Amino acid sequence: MSHRNSEDIKSIREGVRALCAEFDAAYWRKIDEEKGFPEAFVSAMTQAGWLSAMIPEEYGGSGLGLAEASVILEEVNYCGGNSGTIHGQMYNMFTLLRHGSDAQKTYYLPKLASGELRLQSMGVTEPTTGTDTTKIKTTAVRRGDKYVINGQKVWISRIQHSDLMILLARTTPLAEVKKKSEGMSIFLVDLRETIGKGLTVQPIANMVNHETNELFFDNLELPADSLIGEEGKGFRYILDGLNAERTLIAAECIGDGRWFTEKSSAYARDRVVFGRPIGQNQGVQFPIAEAHIEIEAADLMRWRACEEYDSGINAGASANMAKYLAAKASWEAANACLQTHGGFGFACEYDVERKFRETRLYQVAPISTNLILSYVAEHLLELPRSF
Amino acid sequence: MRVLVSIKRVVDYNVKIRVKADNSGVDLANVKMSMNPFCEIAVEEAVRLKEKGVATEIVVVSVGPSTAQEQLRTALALGADRAILVESAEDLTSLAVAKLLKAVVDKEQPQLVILGKQAIDSDNNQTGQMLAALSGYGQGTFASKVEVSGDSVAVTREIDGGAQTVSLKLPAIVTTDLRLNEPRYASLPNIMKAKKKPLEVLTPDALGVSTASTNKTVKVEAPAARSAGIKVKSVAELVEKLKNEAKVI
Repeated sequence: MSHRNSEDIKSIREGVRALCAEFDAAYWRKIDEEKGFPEAFVSAMTQAGWLSAMIPEEYGGSGLGLAEASVILEEVNYCGGNSGTIHGQMYNMFTLLRHGSDAQKTYYLPKLASGELRLQSMGVTEPTTGTDTTKIKTTAVRRGDKYVINGQKVWISRIQHSDLMILLARTTPLAEVKKKSEGMSIFLVDLRETIGKGLTVQPIANMVNHETNELFFDNLELPADSLIGEEGKGFRYILDGLNAERTLIAAECIGDGRWFTEKSSAYARDRVVFGRPIGQNQGVQFPIAEAHIEIEAADLMRWRACEEYDSGINAGASANMAKYLAAKASWEAANACLQTHGGFGFACEYDVERKFRETRLYQVAPISTNLILSYVAEHLLELPRSF
Repeated sequence: MRVLVSIKRVVDYNVKIRVKADNSGVDLANVKMSMNPFCEIAVEEAVRLKEKGVATEIVVVSVGPSTAQEQLRTALALGADRAILVESAEDLTSLAVAKLLKAVVDKEQPQLVILGKQAIDSDNNQTGQMLAALSGYGQGTFASKVEVSGDSVAVTREIDGGAQTVSLKLPAIVTTDLRLNEPRYASLPNIMKAKKKPLEVLTPDALGVSTASTNKTVKVEAPAARSAGIKVKSVAELVEKLKNEAKVI
């Protein structure tokens, strides 16, 4: 991986900023108002090769690691955009790269690199199990050269803007496995072939402009070669992908956090009330300073996670802690920014309220803050499991 | 056909310029630097000529400090084939830059040299014209359209009151105006490839050019801050103010 201050990382930052300059605040405001999808932005990012950063060069990508991918998403958010619209492809890519067969990689990766296909969705969460993933009820039963899928998923994002989805389903019933983390498998689902033929998609209206859905599987038949890796080991593959996801989300939060503190500082310097800039008041400047410190601290943990992940070390602890710290820091930066702006912060044209809603999501998704605390308590501090 | 493009490292157009406290110049500490926007247009035009099969090689050159390598790398990522930095830490005059570019032109023998019409830092609008004079090549300045055919180039120029098209025999000098094209942004694979492209560093001495300046900067001052506007109650009052205060009618 590249060192955080290397020339490579610097040129990636500048490259993404140059592209993002074409998609200014007015663009994102309009997308948000229309509850639309930033199609032009996603296409531009794909065409310029940013979404295939991690695809190896022999398949048409740039062969970069998590560190570089995280910088790409960080910069999108720092420039005022919302990388929630593209991050799916980044973390799903690692799952396909690390566990897919040669045939799957040869067929799909060049198409993903060129933008002909998009892999933006991952189906894990279910309405009745939440984060208790091993209890998922969606099943995949092998029948001849097919797997038959039945069940339900929820909060599955970007389905309408993706061609492929990675799906987690139980292939061996919970009662028949020694460890509850066994017996689950992941599949590469071609959404173009399956929607309306056993897969029903129900969009969920929500607080942020984040396109997300409920999925219903009713005897959906998948070709047997849709299976990624070995049958029964899907949960481990997903966990590995989740560490990448956590780290990428941490980087997005850091981008958000820096956007907020810059916005806050600029406003606090310029806004004059009672004959002096409001930023001269400690009550205004301290929360901004505090947010800055916490973002920079979270950033260090994010780089530790990147370093571990890219060198093949288990990044579970760092990735979760980075996501915890960064999501907390960006949320505090958002709060300070809204407070600094006073009434103007609520006006859409300042973009603060939009970014405020967007960054709030990361306290909850893709993993709630409490679950990270439980993970740290149980797995790092060896405290009794609390649930 | 070889195309030479010259680019300049300048303060980014988004940066609010600050003058140093001692009035000796513009404060460049921790300021974001970028490629001059007119130079970006020059690079883009060269890349388009190469895509059309007109140009076979694009050489990009910058005269400036060692850090100008960053802007050269950007040009390489946009599609230039190789880069030359004429390294000089001094603040050079347009004439000194034109002399250095002339030396590079002699060395590289390009058929077409494309420059930005001016740089957004000093706004001199001189280097291209001076290079044309020094090299004896024809010049098409403020180009909004460039078409190469055979051994000549037709350049549509933006002039007061309209457009003028001149036909120049190659080799020729072209300087770009804003409407010539809209520069692309670099793609990730091209940014990565740019690192492997050759970048040669030369010095004015090695090119045998003296850059001694005949100019001396006496003082740099920020423009006076604009005062707030006023609202007038009537057309008569507006006319009166334009006549007596602004003295424009």
